[in-house]
Amino acid sequence: MVKLFELIVAASLVNNFVFTRYLGLCIFFGVTKKMDTAIGMSMTFTAVMVISAALNWVAYNMVMVPFHLEFLKILVFIAIIAGFVQAADTMMRKVSPGLYYKLGIYLALIVTNCIILAVPLISADSNYTFIESLVFGLGSGLGFSLALIIMASIREKLELADVPKPFRGLPISFVLTGLIALAFIGFSGLITL
Amino acid sequence: MSAAGKTSYIGLLKNGIFGENPVFRVALSLCPSVAVTNSLKSGFLMGIGVFFVQTMANISVSFVRKFIHSRIRLPAYILIIGTWVTVANLLLEAYSYSLYKQIGLYLQLIVAFAIILSRAELFASKNKVVPSLFDGLGMGIGFLIALVVISFFRELIGKGALWDYQLVSTKPILLFVLPAGGFFAVGLLMGFFNWIDIRFFGGHGASGGGH
Repeated sequence: MVKLFELIVAASLVNNFVFTRYLGLCIFFGVTKKMDTAIGMSMTFTAVMVISAALNWVAYNMVMVPFHLEFLKILVFIAIIAGFVQAADTMMRKVSPGLYYKLGIYLALIVTNCIILAVPLISADSNYTFIESLVFGLGSGLGFSLALIIMASIREKLELADVPKPFRGLPISFVLTGLIALAFIGFSGLITL
Repeated sequence: MSAAGKTSYIGLLKNGIFGENPVFRVALSLCPSVAVTNSLKSGFLMGIGVFFVQTMANISVSFVRKFIHSRIRLPAYILIIGTWVTVANLLLEAYSYSLYKQIGLYLQLIVAFAIILSRAELFASKNKVVPSLFDGLGMGIGFLIALVVISFFRELIGKGALWDYQLVSTKPILLFVLPAGGFFAVGLLMGFFNWIDIRFFGGHGASGGGH
């Protein structure tokens, strides 16, 4: 139990995907212009992350390891994720059009996100158990949500700031992210797994 | 999309390196530009990896473009890209295992790169093999140059070294090789390129929307 708690803290704060592993930046910069989109994205993202961690764990440890097909993991993981996201998209459209209208667009974006692929790759490399990889997925999703929400709240303020012309848009956002990442260095050493 | 002439291969190359430079101009696929650029060596190898995958993926997509139904084209392209990423990954693992430990994860994630998929979709799926080859070469070189420039400054400023070779005995600003420093380096370089664009070429200095 303690190990799982440590894993969740490690995945969300110490090894935060955006600030210390630099993954998912495209989405991170893409959806953080407004708070609404950031929140929608983080909810969709966390859900997809946990489910994809589960599916990929089963595919990796039940099928690929017994048949020595580990070298195919990139192809299999991306195919599973793309297929699953497509299925979720279709189901949501039928079952809950309201939710689909709100979150559907994020689902389509998620396939090209590197974090969503990084989670199964990392948990395959670290030989996590089923529960551990679920928790790892959850922690990563929460960490990404935290990053999105912090960034969105700053960028909404940034709209009003007088930024030098060459730095408007992405460059200043990068510098900002650097500052937040500096703060996140403070978490390193909190937990050593 | 700037109109590179159909026959002008040099134009296609130039477009990838300057006009639509993946990192500084279009601002796609930013993750590796921050993640693996803390030393010139890993930045360079990652650039080579992207260069290889982009070129091969463009060629393969262009080859099969007539056989793939348009409704399933995206999954098909992702599988093609995934195949070449696996090849690059196995090659790096065989060439240098210690480097593979460092940048292997990011190399595997090339498969989810927006830039490669978007070139396959926007260019290779509509053009013949040879122009697609040159488009891939141009984009790959553009990406390689961006990574090399970023990692050059980061290793020089952060460690006072280049290609693991110590130039000065102090470490000027260690921050630049740490996680946070990567964001600063990319942000400042992007601002610098925008400044050049505004100052000397009369552009708007707007790097892409961040997606």
